[in-house]
Amino acid sequence: MTSGTRARRALLWVAVHATAVAIAVMFLAPLAFMLLTAVMTDRQALGGDLWPHGWHFGNFADVLSGDMVRWTVNSLVYAGLSTLFMLVSSVPVAYALARFRFRGRNLAFVVVISAMMLPPQVTMVPLYIVWARLGLTGSLWPLIIPQLFGDAFSIFLLRQFLVTIPREYADAARVDGCGELRTMLRVVLPMAKPALAAVALFQFFYCWNDYFRPLVYADPDHWTLAIGVATFRAAHHVEWNLTMAATLLTILPVLVVFFLAQRVFIQGVTLTGVKG
Amino acid sequence: MAPGSLRVPLPGARRTGTAAARARRRRRLRTLAFLSPWLAGFGLFFAYPLAATVYFSFTRYNLFTLEYAGLDNYTYLLHDRDAWTAMRNTLWLVAVLVPLRVLFGLGVAQLLTKIKRGGSVLRSILYLPYLIPPVSATVAFVFLVNPGTGPFHTVFERLGFALPDFFNDAAWAKPGLAALGLWAVGDVMIIMLAALLNVPASLYEAAAIDGAGAWARFRHITLPTVSPVLAFSAVTGVIETLQYFTQPMVAGKVASGRADLPGTQYAPGYPGGSTLTFPQWLYDQGFRQFNMGYACVLALVMFATAMVFTLFLLRRFKAFAGQEAQ
Repeated sequence: MTSGTRARRALLWVAVHATAVAIAVMFLAPLAFMLLTAVMTDRQALGGDLWPHGWHFGNFADVLSGDMVRWTVNSLVYAGLSTLFMLVSSVPVAYALARFRFRGRNLAFVVVISAMMLPPQVTMVPLYIVWARLGLTGSLWPLIIPQLFGDAFSIFLLRQFLVTIPREYADAARVDGCGELRTMLRVVLPMAKPALAAVALFQFFYCWNDYFRPLVYADPDHWTLAIGVATFRAAHHVEWNLTMAATLLTILPVLVVFFLAQRVFIQGVTLTGVKG
Repeated sequence: MAPGSLRVPLPGARRTGTAAARARRRRRLRTLAFLSPWLAGFGLFFAYPLAATVYFSFTRYNLFTLEYAGLDNYTYLLHDRDAWTAMRNTLWLVAVLVPLRVLFGLGVAQLLTKIKRGGSVLRSILYLPYLIPPVSATVAFVFLVNPGTGPFHTVFERLGFALPDFFNDAAWAKPGLAALGLWAVGDVMIIMLAALLNVPASLYEAAAIDGAGAWARFRHITLPTVSPVLAFSAVTGVIETLQYFTQPMVAGKVASGRADLPGTQYAPGYPGGSTLTFPQWLYDQGFRQFNMGYACVLALVMFATAMVFTLFLLRRFKAFAGQEAQ
């Protein structure tokens, strides 16, 4: 190897790593400044200072009282029940689309993809009217009950995973006298754990992050964290330190779960875009 | 369903005609049972509301009184300046945000493939902002670039640049939202990274032996291999951006200091209509002004646009929708 190409390689190495560090700093800076602001006094947060005088971690305790706790409980109820219902209803549908041969299967799959791409705002008016007639507007039930009827994105993702499991396993179970439901529960689903974890996490965070649907349906007693945090600034005027503390508290659970289950996330995202 | 009751006869097993017919009927029932949540869901949350949207679009309806309005809602759309503002803003975001996110996602993914040590740490750092709840990310961004109080504003000032007043300036609010979209590039990046890692290394080695430069390798090996994924990202990006609601709504609310506290309902678009996107206008018409018939016309416009792009996706999926389960 000539010294010229070696020098060029070294230069390229430096350029690549310098860019990587610069991008990493830019991506982390917002979070760092949020944390620094969250531990300032409210007067200092208004002054454009970058570094806190004294670390007021008590700000987190201050925002955690009252409304914030109720919003968190509402978010957990919404996300938890939705995830549970989604799994119960979507798994058999995905299983049927992946395993059974029946007339109209391709059409069914096309419909699933179309439903996945349907903007939620399109069907909002008639659905709101129905929920209003049922007297359920104001609560979170209009967001949770539909999950009992299958979620298009989860069906799609699970189906993509289930077709990759070799048929022989299920056939062997059937020879041993297992019914289709038992084959699914005992043989196929244990092999699909990564995909099940991925759709459960996606669903949970979709609900945790959801702003549009709680905004349409929930009254202040049923506000979720997303709605609450969006109004926090208006309720607390210029207390940016508390606003940042509240914002960080909504991010924290997401970060914890991400670090515990990073692989699941990344495999799941990959499954949606690349396979097939 | 009793275990074993759906036992399928082994292929090749001898059976009488009626037994075969019974087995076929049982299989059909089994398929229906497995599909039943979705069949009901399709009717309740897809077919019915779509049909009802078409019906309501010909009415004046405010949740209490309903009267037939003929084509009034449709002709009103032609004269509704706010609807056209909303359409222009949404088109701006589609035209700017989608290509930026796809190209930036491809860029950082390409960068990640070049890094041997610390690559997984960098990947996590780049993916993480995508997971942050959009409301929280937006609230944070508005604060960070706020003149006077925002740390970003202060940093750039000390470096000698004056940042624009992003979310209070009609000319800069959408570019501010675009920056926010780039911060959350993680989903695109992961898909691109998986696609890049799928390119066989032997292809690059062969090209290097033939004397192909870095650009030629990218142009003739990388790009053709990842182009289906690029197209997929672009189309799903367009469909997502057509629904862009949370970030502009929250940015406007926080920057203007208004929220949905009793008596202070926020009219979207602050500052000066620059962040008014199409779904926000639909929401405003339907759920703040209770022009539900007109909101349905806006919903149908959105539906038609989204379907055009979904058809692109379906063409791509046709290959594997037809593929047999193994």
